[in-house]
Amino acid sequence: MDKGLTLRDVTITKGGAPLLSVDHHIGPGDVLTVMGPSGVGKSTLLAFITGTLAPDFAASGTVWLDGHNITHAAPHMRRVGILFQDDLLFPHLSVGANLAFGLRPGGRAADRQARVDEALDEVGLAGFADRDPATLSGGQKARVALMRMLLSDPCALLLDEPFSRLDAALRAQVRDMVFDRAKARALPVLMVTHDAEDARAAGGVIVTLGDG
Amino acid sequence: MLGPVVAGLWGTLLPAFGHLPAAGLTGPSLDPFRDLFAWAGLPRAVLLSLTTGVLATVISLSIVVLITAGWSGTRPFRALERLLSPLLSVPHAAAAFGLAFLIAPSGWIARVLSPHVTGWDRPPDLLIVQDTWGLAMTAGLVVKEVPFLLLITLAALGQTDARRSVTIAQALGYGRLTGWLKTVFPRVYAQIRPPVYVVLAYAMSVVDVAVILGPNTPPSLSVQIVKWMSNPDLAMRLEAAAGALLQLVLVIGALAFWRLGEIVVGRLGHRWIATGARGRCDGMVAGAALGLGAVSALAVLLGLAVLAVWSVAGFWSFPDLLPDQFTWRNWLRHGPGTLDALGETALIAVTVAVVALLLTIGCLEAEYRYGLRISQRGIWLLYLPLLIPQTAFLPGLQTLLLNMGADIGRGPVMLAHLVFVLPYVFLSLADPFRAWDLRMGTIAAALGASPGGVLWRVRLPMLLRPVLTALAVGLAVSVGQYLPTLLIGGGRVATLTTEAVALASGGDRRAIGVYGLMQTGAALVPFALALMIPALVWRNRKGLRHG
Repeated sequence: MDKGLTLRDVTITKGGAPLLSVDHHIGPGDVLTVMGPSGVGKSTLLAFITGTLAPDFAASGTVWLDGHNITHAAPHMRRVGILFQDDLLFPHLSVGANLAFGLRPGGRAADRQARVDEALDEVGLAGFADRDPATLSGGQKARVALMRMLLSDPCALLLDEPFSRLDAALRAQVRDMVFDRAKARALPVLMVTHDAEDARAAGGVIVTLGDG
Repeated sequence: MLGPVVAGLWGTLLPAFGHLPAAGLTGPSLDPFRDLFAWAGLPRAVLLSLTTGVLATVISLSIVVLITAGWSGTRPFRALERLLSPLLSVPHAAAAFGLAFLIAPSGWIARVLSPHVTGWDRPPDLLIVQDTWGLAMTAGLVVKEVPFLLLITLAALGQTDARRSVTIAQALGYGRLTGWLKTVFPRVYAQIRPPVYVVLAYAMSVVDVAVILGPNTPPSLSVQIVKWMSNPDLAMRLEAAAGALLQLVLVIGALAFWRLGEIVVGRLGHRWIATGARGRCDGMVAGAALGLGAVSALAVLLGLAVLAVWSVAGFWSFPDLLPDQFTWRNWLRHGPGTLDALGETALIAVTVAVVALLLTIGCLEAEYRYGLRISQRGIWLLYLPLLIPQTAFLPGLQTLLLNMGADIGRGPVMLAHLVFVLPYVFLSLADPFRAWDLRMGTIAAALGASPGGVLWRVRLPMLLRPVLTALAVGLAVSVGQYLPTLLIGGGRVATLTTEAVALASGGDRRAIGVYGLMQTGAALVPFALALMIPALVWRNRKGLRHG
């Protein structure tokens, strides 16, 4: 089986009524953009892939990641990273502890600390480890959220309208940073958005759901 | 938690029909009811139960609704909101004692007015406290139920789009209060209905407040049941059981009557809405409601103040406003006794509240993990132990335990407390627990955290404040429990509340002051900690300061 994220005959229904169907393979470093107006169930598709589908939905089909069928795996065993439009940094943890939360367990404390510092350094936030996430700017939070997710060594990346809360100047910058890192790590990326510019910038295949 | 309730009702039903093997009696027979109906005080006791219960509920609900309608979002309202937690945590008995010390013929109010206004130079011979009509008792219930109903109403308001509805109504020319009543109240009432029923059932069957503020000859039905229960003659338990059953029927009848009243008010309300009246007396009504609310809050706070004064009072003659001298002697005399009672109270309260909290978190977490949802019927089930009058099933539970030869004492008392503590802890934690952003859980799981890890490392730390508040609510409810401690403890478990209420007949105001304050402190300190601890732990976390 190929590397990458594969959605095979995935259909999501709500109360028996079909919501969406997707059948697609996303190769390493590729981006699939799912577009459509709000309310067509774009985020539901991501919830199915992360294993957190709400109980009023039903889904058929299978999800494969790097050759493994993860359709029924527990959410925390899937190694699927996700970014939402809000940064969702844990408000009770410092910036450094947020990043360390993403690190796989094991290793010496000093090594873990070093990896956290390295990650902060990589996005220009060196020395921010002890800060309260609530005191960061929007762009800084977005960068911390990205690095936290990458530190957990995901095998695929899901983006749920990830840039829509950022203002125009920041937006392009954060977007480039996310896509560059995904490409550098050869991660398959699935993005849902209603923003045409984000879709264009992603540069991959675009699927439009709903009436489009 | 329905087990003890059902068992207790069963244990009430059998002796009510003359079946009590422990006393050598086997039924069925109707003698207990014959004895009950032969008691000359019965009509009066039943009437008292009905009038105090219904009146206290109507008055406190009206105050709360009119204050919220006229003032929500304004500064006086916010001041009242801040007073809410401390007012809520004051145990019923302490509030009742405080009120008694305020309004009694020799109380603070009479002292303030004497001798200049009233001309009294000694306490007048008036029956204000323990009046035959139970008005003092009703007032005692109102001052405690107003904060409870206000809290519930605030929670319900959060789920209705109240502000915009009122804005629209005001734009159409309606007064603020009338607009709120016509547009928001129906939605809010639908949500606060179960707690309103709880207030009605509680007010009809309350014992500790009735012992302190209610009439003696005859007392209300619930107090009489407890008197019969504590009679050494076992046969009196049969009459008590029959009375308990009658109490249950009364409460069910009153609830049915209330439901009918809801329908009538609903009809009249529709008609009132259809008239298009804009509300010309809004200002007056709102002002009156705020005044009453302030009086009821002040009654509790001043009551605590007068308890404090009595606890350190030396010689204090009427009509002096303050004692001649202040002394620690009362505390020294009653200190050792209160400390023993405090230890017992704390042991029971902490155990029960922690168990209730763990059960609640377990329930809510299971609901989250397995995607379950509690239906409207489930909510009623949760409220059921609070709707069945305590006097209806606790005597039965005690009899049952005695029959089984079980040792009544601390363990069973804890179990009985849990029946009443668990619903409050659950209701207190459920909303904040469910309101937690589920995407936080998705993110944490995507980062490799197991379900347990998400709960312990992310969800509970973020919910530290509501979790501690729920714990404080549980502690306060347990501290305030009178009847379960008295009946299930068989008189051998002495908490601050049972000791304080036992002082009511003696009239030693200094001792009451000491015990009342200790009781209030035992309930109030956990609330203060629940506010302070999260503020300290998360002092460097801006994102959690309001959460």
